[in-house]
Amino acid sequence: MTEQILGLVTGILFGFLLQKGGVLRFDRQVGALMFRDMTVIKFMFSAVMVGSVGLQLLAEAGAITMSHTAMNGGAVVVGGLLFGMGWAVAGFCPGTAVGALGEGRWHALFVIVGMLVGAALYAEAYPTLKVTVLAWKDYGRMTLPQLLKISPWLCIAVLWGVGIVTFVWCEFKRV
Amino acid sequence: MYGKKKDRKWSPYLAGALAGLLAIGSAYATTKVMGRTAYFGSTTAYVRAAAMIEQKILPVRVEKKEAFKKVKMKDDWQLMLVCGIFLGALAAALTGGAFEWEGVPPMWHKRFGPSESKRIIGGFLGGAVAMFGARLADGCPIGHGLSGVMQLSVSGLATAACFFAGGLMMSKCLHMEDNYND
Repeated sequence: MTEQILGLVTGILFGFLLQKGGVLRFDRQVGALMFRDMTVIKFMFSAVMVGSVGLQLLAEAGAITMSHTAMNGGAVVVGGLLFGMGWAVAGFCPGTAVGALGEGRWHALFVIVGMLVGAALYAEAYPTLKVTVLAWKDYGRMTLPQLLKISPWLCIAVLWGVGIVTFVWCEFKRV
Repeated sequence: MYGKKKDRKWSPYLAGALAGLLAIGSAYATTKVMGRTAYFGSTTAYVRAAAMIEQKILPVRVEKKEAFKKVKMKDDWQLMLVCGIFLGALAAALTGGAFEWEGVPPMWHKRFGPSESKRIIGGFLGGAVAMFGARLADGCPIGHGLSGVMQLSVSGLATAACFFAGGLMMSKCLHMEDNYND
């Protein structure tokens, strides 16, 4: 029961921040994909910049374990591009669709239903995908510092650099 | 274009930075409470919900499906996280004056007209394709774009790049004739 409550409370806080950050709108999400309205990018970069430092510190202290997915070439490229194309039409990602519904954007409900159908269709296609796209090339689980054999802190510094340059560009361009 | 309505929103930098802090706190709390570090994501929650619904309609089929079995079906944490996102957004929208019934978003309206059924079909199809892709890529913009990139994961960075590449192509195709500044 604690697990459920923890998830719910964390979700409520996260949903609150997503709404306050103004990212739960179709126009902002599609606007971000077209680099017209960078609200979503500002939100994501800020979160990632702050989060990367804290997670790295906690991981080095042994307080948490990192957990991310394997770098499967076919899955990442085909799945990523497919997702992006669907995203541009739907206007929401799976998490923000739920949040947008909470904001009163009722058309997001049909995006959610579509996503449930998509998840079911994937389960149908999985046996085929497993021996095709998913079998192309799997590089396994790795982080950028592991791949480049550099310090994670250097990567985090570069991430901050890229983030700050992006922010300056956004404010300069007023997007 | 925005901000005409009374909408007490925060700076996206501030809200994003706080979300980053929340992700750190959540990683620590889940490790302490559940004995495993759980990261933000939403795809698994959809798979669970889809499996639960299909179980009601076609119980035998679900048993056989490898893709459903592969997902941690006991991941109640993420399912509750997604439910929480709805409640948190609702609370923020109601208290901040941003709650608004919307059937057709402005940008869609401009391109495809005021038809609600068109938007419903578009949203449904877009959602289905997006989730199929997210399942294949094993994550969504929150799971890969936030949680993955925060951990400097190669798959997270590469997938986030592909999400935006696919999105850019499609949105440029759809909204090419739009003149943004009017």
